[in-house]
Amino acid sequence: MRDNTLKEEIESTDDGMLFRIDDLCKSFGSLSVLKNVSTEIKKGEVVVIIGPSGSGKSTFLRTLNLLEEPTKGTILFKGTEITGKHKHIDQYRQNIGMVFQHFNLFPHMTILKNMTLAPIKLLKMPKEEAERMAMEYLKRVGLAEKADAYPSQLSGGQKQRIAIVRALCMNPEVLLFDEPTSALDPEMVGEVLEVMKDLAKSGMTMLVVTHEMGFAREVGSRVLFMDDGRIVEENTPGEIFTNPQSDRLKDFLSKVLV
Amino acid sequence: MDALKEKFIQNFIQDDRYQYLLNGLKNTLTITLFAVLLGIALGFLVAIIRSTYDKTHKLKFLNLICNLYLTIIRGTPVMVQLLIIYYVIFSSVSVNKIFVAILAFGINSGAYVAEIVRSGIMSIDQGQFEAGRSLGFSYPRTMYHIIMPQAFKNVLPALANEFIVLLKETSICGYIGLQDLTRGGDIIRSITYEAFMPLIAVAFIYLIMVMILTSLVKMLERRLRSSER
Repeated sequence: MRDNTLKEEIESTDDGMLFRIDDLCKSFGSLSVLKNVSTEIKKGEVVVIIGPSGSGKSTFLRTLNLLEEPTKGTILFKGTEITGKHKHIDQYRQNIGMVFQHFNLFPHMTILKNMTLAPIKLLKMPKEEAERMAMEYLKRVGLAEKADAYPSQLSGGQKQRIAIVRALCMNPEVLLFDEPTSALDPEMVGEVLEVMKDLAKSGMTMLVVTHEMGFAREVGSRVLFMDDGRIVEENTPGEIFTNPQSDRLKDFLSKVLV
Repeated sequence: MDALKEKFIQNFIQDDRYQYLLNGLKNTLTITLFAVLLGIALGFLVAIIRSTYDKTHKLKFLNLICNLYLTIIRGTPVMVQLLIIYYVIFSSVSVNKIFVAILAFGINSGAYVAEIVRSGIMSIDQGQFEAGRSLGFSYPRTMYHIIMPQAFKNVLPALANEFIVLLKETSICGYIGLQDLTRGGDIIRSITYEAFMPLIAVAFIYLIMVMILTSLVKMLERRLRSSER
């Protein structure tokens, strides 16, 4: 009974706003990684977060599904505060898919099992239905023949495509990507970005931490530039890349756009 | 040859002396089996508490108790522990010696299993935890579905080794007057004044049991490794 309350609460306050992040701070000991970050994420947006390494962009992403607990500030997910003490953290995370730099597939399970474990155990989906859904997704990313393979038998690009559809199997409202192509061989980056572009086109809300400026420009509806734990600039890709305001963004772009 | 045959008959056949070995073997196996089960139960419990504390800094008090347990058990000889349990803890009540042995060896083995399993849990990449949690699994369910199966596979050889040690260590049961396999052989020796046959027989039986155990573990390991072809 209690587990349902959050979901009901979430569904009752649907105004197209997914995240409202206010004054978010995170520090590890004396090291302050996020400094008063505030922004909003609307449904259907593809928000690309760029910035130099150590700027706090991954930490910011990880606070959104509470893999990092914020030191200060609030995160509202569809109007409901998810920061602070609460018992529904697992329920909340089911709404938020996450794709990691190092894929983090479960090596002791087949691809199909990787994808169906959470829907079967957490959403109580019947096994047949979960497998049917997983096969649909596998077909969509062109990996249907890998259903019974183990992760170690796949290339990096294939693993990351599986990781994306594994997250999709929970039917999340938003997908978080933490440098999804940074651990890939260059020739495999394209196949993963292709899947992400398709997802963006289908209307999925996405937050993407990446160094792929081409992706940011082409697919992003908004770009956040972070530096030293702050959002320094926030604008459409066109404005960010052709008309950067701050010196730090200009400096950053001059280094990454060679 | 005839002399050897005569000695064999004298040591094992006459007066059904092989019964000493048979009954001893039965006791040894009973003690080992239940001590292994107790050791696994205790060990996994302690390992999970300790690694939960390592990862989340929760369960501080339980962690403290576990540390105390590990320190005491690993810091004293198992034989002393067996003697203390029998002659001190159960001194005033009559108690089944087999039960005492199971308790002593189970508690002892649990401490070693705990550290083996904990090392297995800590060896699993943090990303596996995060992947499980990000899908919406709670900490215990992430442990159960994702971490433990991988950790178990990694520590299986070390666990098997621990149980082989345990099987052989039960040979000190004679010190509380329990007739295990070793004691059985020793009793024959004291009756026949013949050391060679009964003691070699005892050693041979241990060897066979360990070899069977080893091959069983190899089979299990092969099955668990099927995902890494």
